[in-house]
Amino acid sequence: MLARRLLLSDRGGMIVLALLLLMTILVPVLNLMVPPESPWHVSTYLVTLLGKFLTYALLALAVDLIWGYAGILSLGHGAFFALGGYAMGMYLMRQIGTRGVYGHPELPDFMVFLNWDSLPWYWWGFDMFWFAMLMVVLVPGLLALVFGWLAFRSRVTGVYFAIITQALTFALMLAFFRNEMGFGGNNGLTDFKDILGFSIQARETRVGLFVASAIALILGYLACRYIVTSRFGRVVVAIRDAENRVRFSGYRVESYKLWLFVFSAMLAGIAGALYVPQVGIINPGEFSPLSSIELVVWVATGGRGTLYGAVTGAFVVNYAKTWFTTAYPELWLFALGALFVLVTLLLPRGLVGLIRRRRREEDDS
Amino acid sequence: MTHPHHPRLARWLCTLILILGAGPVASADPLQPAGLESDEARTPAVLDSAAAPATLTLVPGEQDAAAADPHSLTPETLAVSEPAPVLDFAALVARLPEGSFRERAAIAVSIAETGDPRAVEVLGALLEGQLEVSRETPPRILIRTADTQVDALSGEVWSESVQTARVPVNSPLRGQLRALIARLNLSHPETRVRLDAVDRLMTSGSAAPLVDLLGARLLVEEDAAVREAIQVTLAMVDLQAGDAQQRLGAIAVLRGALAPEVRAAVTRVAEIDPDEQVRAAAGEALDSIQRRLQWYGFLENLFFGLSLGSVLLLAAVGLAITFGVMGVINMAHGELIMIGAYTTWLIQLALPQHLEYSVLIAIPAAFMVAGLVGIAIERGVIRFLYGRPLETLLATFGISLILQQAVRSLFSPLNRAVASPDWLSGSLQINPVLSITYGRLYILVFSLMVFVALLIVLKRTDLGLKVRAVSQNRAMARALGVRAGWVDALTFGLGAGIAGVAGVALSQLTNVGPNLGQSYIIDSFMVVVFGGVGNLWGTLVGAMGLGVLNKFMEPYLGAVLAKILVLIFIILFIQKRPRGLFPQKGRAAET
Repeated sequence: MLARRLLLSDRGGMIVLALLLLMTILVPVLNLMVPPESPWHVSTYLVTLLGKFLTYALLALAVDLIWGYAGILSLGHGAFFALGGYAMGMYLMRQIGTRGVYGHPELPDFMVFLNWDSLPWYWWGFDMFWFAMLMVVLVPGLLALVFGWLAFRSRVTGVYFAIITQALTFALMLAFFRNEMGFGGNNGLTDFKDILGFSIQARETRVGLFVASAIALILGYLACRYIVTSRFGRVVVAIRDAENRVRFSGYRVESYKLWLFVFSAMLAGIAGALYVPQVGIINPGEFSPLSSIELVVWVATGGRGTLYGAVTGAFVVNYAKTWFTTAYPELWLFALGALFVLVTLLLPRGLVGLIRRRRREEDDS
Repeated sequence: MTHPHHPRLARWLCTLILILGAGPVASADPLQPAGLESDEARTPAVLDSAAAPATLTLVPGEQDAAAADPHSLTPETLAVSEPAPVLDFAALVARLPEGSFRERAAIAVSIAETGDPRAVEVLGALLEGQLEVSRETPPRILIRTADTQVDALSGEVWSESVQTARVPVNSPLRGQLRALIARLNLSHPETRVRLDAVDRLMTSGSAAPLVDLLGARLLVEEDAAVREAIQVTLAMVDLQAGDAQQRLGAIAVLRGALAPEVRAAVTRVAEIDPDEQVRAAAGEALDSIQRRLQWYGFLENLFFGLSLGSVLLLAAVGLAITFGVMGVINMAHGELIMIGAYTTWLIQLALPQHLEYSVLIAIPAAFMVAGLVGIAIERGVIRFLYGRPLETLLATFGISLILQQAVRSLFSPLNRAVASPDWLSGSLQINPVLSITYGRLYILVFSLMVFVALLIVLKRTDLGLKVRAVSQNRAMARALGVRAGWVDALTFGLGAGIAGVAGVALSQLTNVGPNLGQSYIIDSFMVVVFGGVGNLWGTLVGAMGLGVLNKFMEPYLGAVLAKILVLIFIILFIQKRPRGLFPQKGRAAET
């Protein structure tokens, strides 16, 4: 029954999920089992790259859940992603121990550099993995709860909400750039050594992180799918299409929006936590309004309102970005800008919509 | 935006240097018999002054410090020996290098008496050790500046290096020269020169030997500002007097003076004066000075706040049209500002000789260029997206990326500096602690002019009527024969053009680069949201309010934290007034 609801009723989702599963199994096998000389070998670089894309896809899923289904355009989801990343980064910093440049057993290098003599209170507990993981979901969730409560309660919607969220991430970026904040300022957190006792540079750890990201994405997808197919999800869609009618029918629109927003922020936080050990750095640049708005275009390109569309979009756009920035770095912003314009003008339902329409035309003829 | 702070910074530095420089003077009584520094010229003529005891030894490199030291000034240095026979200026200058210090002093007096306009310059150069005589026949007298030599008589510049010897000066001569220059300057017909001369005497603390001169001038001086400056300078000297009554009188005069030197001197008296009454009076005067300083500090903050507000207003008022009136969210607005700034830069490149006017030419040019780009954006993209604000936001964001990258590819990613014309640079010195830079003042006025012009366009013209009609009820306006599409394009062009004009103003405040617009877009949206969408007055109040709020928080919190708090403030403010300060009236449940 649940399987039918989550999977079978959604053909596109089935295909994307199947591809994801295949990738989750094949990539580690091809990296670890196949010798490097073989043409079938997947390099560790590619594993990490794909792992990064998987976390992006999870982030895109989080955005699609609120934008595609509830019509809430957040231009600040990068903030939740970055907060999750910082929580993970703080854990990784504490794992460095005495191996830092200054060799201080407790303080990270940048704090020694700033002449701090003790760990600030908000760093307490981050040496424990479970605590850090709790913070990965709690911090973005709490921020979303407070911010969303303030915003939805006073019925800030549409463009206003988008701009306010952009201001939120901008403010956080400025704050994290400050050295006094105790998060490494401009340089952020980096030079990680190991995670759960495994060296972060090791091939096996990289593959492990890739698998973890893939599992997180699959679970995240199923959770989102569960939400949108539930009664809760149907009310949310109704809110997107006619907010006042739903409100006048006696539903508490604010709480529906708020919980969905909080869940989405937590997903983004998890994505950020998986992203940081793979790229090896987290800095305030992740808070920049540009990166938040860029991830919205992944969703738009893939096709909003379909969860698998968001996943597809994240992969397609990021692959294009990787290709452009190595082959034609100066053209990437032109391409991204054109993508924004063309997708909104010509592909309102994204790539997924394009494929769907093609199929429908074939069915008709 | 750091550029306009430089004058301020420079002023503070000067103050600092002066206070530091005045340090050693502070503890000594300037009326003591003077010591003598070793003569840097090391000529045989040193014998001339060797009779006095040498208490201070300075290395030659510290001549400047010595020049500001009142120790070198004594009453006896003012004693001029017998006047030299009256000769013309050129002949007198030619005779300067010859003879003893005493004779040179006599010649200097004669030079001053000729009343020649070049006299101050030549004597000043002599004082600073910059007067040189060339080793040729006949010898020329040259004034050495940083990298050139200027003929003292003809004013010709000698770029080729000539073998020269410095015309020697010693300490008593320097004292006499200072007195002579002060006398010449104090009787100068121009008020500015007189005021500068008095201020220099006051700030360098070298007025003590010239009290009689200043007192005499006070009797005949007509300009109020100069009179006040002389009174303050005299009071500063009196502050060191032995008589407590005299010091009390001086404190009464200094009550309202704001110069940092006065404050330092009064503070010293309040702390160490032997007379209790004087100490109390000085403390009181200090309080009064502090109060006035606070008041002017407040005014300065207010001005900086309004100045920031005027920049925000310029950046946001175009947005108020496109977002507020048309409901179109234009994320490329910042890039339209950038286009305006680059237009200014290009016009300046094209007209390098007409720097004075290029900014004025740039205003209509930037309006046209940015306006046309805006119309192209509207016709090409936005008109297909009316009624879908979120899509408009994304599409215009894409356009902003394209425009940024286009500028980066066309002009390079480096920042360009646009020079300011003379009439925009400089500042209006209201008093020693408050000065207003002309650039900021003009931009404040300019932003208000743009605002008023826009208000007139919207309220009083045919186009404005149609714009308002279309924004209020598109279908009804079209039914009445308004070409809605045409009006949309023109409205958007108007908003974009004003963004271009904002770019001209910004180019005078900051460097022009591809990221110029980005830094203003969030702030501009905040202003519009804060002020209330669809209301130009709201934009005005919002911009000025946020600007002032920002600047008043900055001294306590630092620029970044102030900005963060302003953003948080707006987020909270939206809770209370979701439609801004001045919401549009209406009854629609959904907009």
